[in-house]
Amino acid sequence: MRKLDFSALLPYADALVEGLIFTVVLTLVSTLAGIAVGTVGAWARTSGPRWAGGLVAAYVEVIRNTPFIVQLFFIFFGLPAAGVKLSEASAAFLAMTINLGAYSTEIIRAGIDATPKGHWEAGLSLAMSRFEVFRHVVLAPAFKKVWPALSSQIIIVMLGSSVVSQISAEDLTYAANFIQSRNFRAFEVYFLVTALYLALSIAMRAALAALGAKLFPKV
Amino acid sequence: MADFSFWVIFSNLLLAARWTVLLSLIAFISGGLVGVVLLFLRTSGVKALAWFVRIYVEVFQGTPLLMQLFLLFFGVALFGIELSPWAAAALALTLWTSAFLVEIWRGCVESVPKGQWEASSSLALNYVEQMRYVILPQALRIAVAPTVGFSVQVIKGTALASIIGFVEVTKAGTMLNNATFRPFLVYSLVALIYFALCFPLSMLAKKLEGRLNVAR
Repeated sequence: MRKLDFSALLPYADALVEGLIFTVVLTLVSTLAGIAVGTVGAWARTSGPRWAGGLVAAYVEVIRNTPFIVQLFFIFFGLPAAGVKLSEASAAFLAMTINLGAYSTEIIRAGIDATPKGHWEAGLSLAMSRFEVFRHVVLAPAFKKVWPALSSQIIIVMLGSSVVSQISAEDLTYAANFIQSRNFRAFEVYFLVTALYLALSIAMRAALAALGAKLFPKV
Repeated sequence: MADFSFWVIFSNLLLAARWTVLLSLIAFISGGLVGVVLLFLRTSGVKALAWFVRIYVEVFQGTPLLMQLFLLFFGVALFGIELSPWAAAALALTLWTSAFLVEIWRGCVESVPKGQWEASSSLALNYVEQMRYVILPQALRIAVAPTVGFSVQVIKGTALASIIGFVEVTKAGTMLNNATFRPFLVYSLVALIYFALCFPLSMLAKKLEGRLNVAR
């Protein structure tokens, strides 16, 4: 049995920090885009034309019933064959956005479905259009209701992002693989990086809870 | 150079899908068994045991499954314990699955009204008897739908085993793609196979959930 030596990781601190930043930025950007997709999707599912609702339902089922890594490989390896070439980072961003978009469509839709019918009727009776009622009356309470579920899903997507290392997007896991290929300290580096992911998910949960309290204050 | 027709690709993927199914079954069943043990520890009322399970859940739900796989496959090997991709994948998925199932089931156990605990303890049932005869039969009914729903996550989770070289359907897809250079077709078929495995389970979970709401 060999001795653990975490100091062997010190020369690679830069790579770890860069990887961590990449993971955080990738998560942030694709979370924003994914929730935007989810909001539009939820609108189409609840108040949009029937064909749009059907299309979104199919999109949600396809994404929710296939692994993220296959979606990522399809986008990164499959799409270039169809003429769409993407860099590693943009393929990672696109895959995560599409993935979170599907899950958040379902989550936000649940929030909208839980909106009392009277809210719609009250808005419509004030001569607002359906879209205006959706935008000004329904959306914010719906988000408030589903914020905890949405927060967990965002963290799941962050953890899932470790897979983007497989298309050589230079995230935290990529940094770990790189370091262990250099110093052969696999246990030390994976242990440290796992701890970093754990810290990140705990920090994100706290940040999202604080953000939720700020965005949707108790009346 | 061999000629890879559509059917050659598809049949090879289907053959590899057997391993996806087998790994999913192993992970789900053994994860369920570990989950039951953890559930008893978690709801036992012994603080230290409950805390152990809390930390266990936090660690496995708060870190990427891929890192858990790497730690078991590459990391543990440094201590002289060589795990095959098979064993590493099965073990990592078991631990990961149990952490999610115990949380799902804990929610179901806690939704059983407190009076049931009090009534059964006034009949001099001990903790294990209370769980066995009073709490679990009621909790089980609500647990079925989310448990079936989670099995979809397990099947999708097995795709990560491809990264440590376990040849299931995703790894087979990568290998076939390297041989045929038809990524669009290959990964579409891989996705289709996962969809065929997962979609019926998703629908079943939804249906069970709906049935439960009627019963209430």
